[in-house]
Amino acid sequence: MSAAKNINITLKIWRQKNSKAKGNLETYKLNDVSTASSFLEMLDQLNEQLINDKIEPIAFDHDCREGICGMCSLYINGRAHGPDTGITTCQLHMRMFKDGDTIFVEPWRSRAFPVIKDLVVDRSAFDRIQQAGGFVSVNTSGNTIDANATPIAKDDADKAFMAAACIGCGACVATCKNGSAMLFVGAKVSQYALLPQGKVEATNRVLNMVRQMDEEGFGNCTNTGACEVECPKGISLENIARMNREYLKASVK
Amino acid sequence: MAKSALLKSSIAKKYWMALTGLFLCLFLAGHLAGNLQLIFGDALQFNKYALFMTSNPAVKLLSYVTYISILFHAVDGFMLTYQNVKARPVGYAKSNPGANSSFSSRNMAILGTLILVFIVTHMVNFWAKMHFDKNMPLQTITVEAMGQKQDLYLTTNEGYLPVQQVAKSYDEATKSGLQTYIENRTEFYNTQAKVKVGEGYKDLHKITVAFFKDAKYGLIATILYVIAMAVLAFHLLHGFQSAFQSLGLNNPNWTPKIKFFGTAFAIVVPLLFAIIPVYIHFFLK
Repeated sequence: MSAAKNINITLKIWRQKNSKAKGNLETYKLNDVSTASSFLEMLDQLNEQLINDKIEPIAFDHDCREGICGMCSLYINGRAHGPDTGITTCQLHMRMFKDGDTIFVEPWRSRAFPVIKDLVVDRSAFDRIQQAGGFVSVNTSGNTIDANATPIAKDDADKAFMAAACIGCGACVATCKNGSAMLFVGAKVSQYALLPQGKVEATNRVLNMVRQMDEEGFGNCTNTGACEVECPKGISLENIARMNREYLKASVK
Repeated sequence: MAKSALLKSSIAKKYWMALTGLFLCLFLAGHLAGNLQLIFGDALQFNKYALFMTSNPAVKLLSYVTYISILFHAVDGFMLTYQNVKARPVGYAKSNPGANSSFSSRNMAILGTLILVFIVTHMVNFWAKMHFDKNMPLQTITVEAMGQKQDLYLTTNEGYLPVQQVAKSYDEATKSGLQTYIENRTEFYNTQAKVKVGEGYKDLHKITVAFFKDAKYGLIATILYVIAMAVLAFHLLHGFQSAFQSLGLNNPNWTPKIKFFGTAFAIVVPLLFAIIPVYIHFFLK
């Protein structure tokens, strides 16, 4: 890896006071950004500069900063989680940019993800979809059977794990030209549909989750495949196909 | 709940788009096979085929399924597009969709609308003439007998009728004293007995050739047709394989084969369609 150096950049960042306000892109200049810093560290640096200049710092979502919590978002230079694949924004590094670059930073855009402030959007629509069926009902009165006691084919277990890798960040919705949430819902449906524990409630699960998805105002999938490319966890389109199969099965039951 | 969901839900709409789309792919293959007779067959063969396609009851049933599929595919497509536009009220200032999706996949609605416009003009130019035009010509052949050229109507029972001996209507026949007249656009009737003695072929071949060889508009018609087929190719490039994904048919074994076949279908079928008017305009006769 080449040694870190410092670059000067121009940022065009979406500023919006609250959910009701009309936002706009503001331009900020930031100098001496280390290429070894992460994108979020760069935003921290910018916020320090803004505070020193007595300007309200930029609100953006972040939590674990190691790519597993699904909290960070950001549409950077026209791409969800920025110009790299298989990563979240916290894993995006400033070495992906050049000295003198202008970088656009926008919030996820979807009717179902309203902006709360600046770059922070409300992703509770995902929670409501999950609550509509993304679970298995287990009696926890003390005689719970260990999940490992049920034999599961390695192939199925692997596929279920791959689907369960979804961190619910919403990049699929943000990058989809239709604002569709089908990769997310497909992953959540699949992770249970592949396992014996999930089969019991499979019919209601897929019907309820899809109904909730439609009610939230997400768009329809047209199989562009953009979600699969931008997903930080590499969730495959096969999960959407599996959800389509599950839905058809459930609908004709 | 399940019943209404099979029409209204976002996933059900995909099923319908896929099923109607795949049926229309079958229709395209059939239509192409028919059209290729313009290159590889003669006028009579083509007109016989046209008669079969407009009279056979099984074909009629299929044609209604085709009309319904086109309408459903278009209406469903417009509804999906409307909802999809609504799903993102505020767009991005900077977007780089080329980084993660194909041109075709992002422009299915506009490509589909262009195809719909083409279908309407195409039906006005050929389908409507075949079905409703009162002045649709009947197929004739010119034979030379004893140094004299004579035009003959071909009849569906493999017979001939000299054009000069057939009146255009019963009134004309009684006035001119001709033994035969044309009734119901294609049927030959005996003037005295008023009974059907034969039936001619609507000359769709002549209409088609004249359309693309027209001195004034033939070239532009040919160019527009080729453009329409290019649009169709882009629509199919995404549409064919997308239909399988929508129906839930995606697995590591079959999907690459479906994608390969879909790409071949999307290139070969529109290309063969496009070659036909080019052949007629530049090379026929």
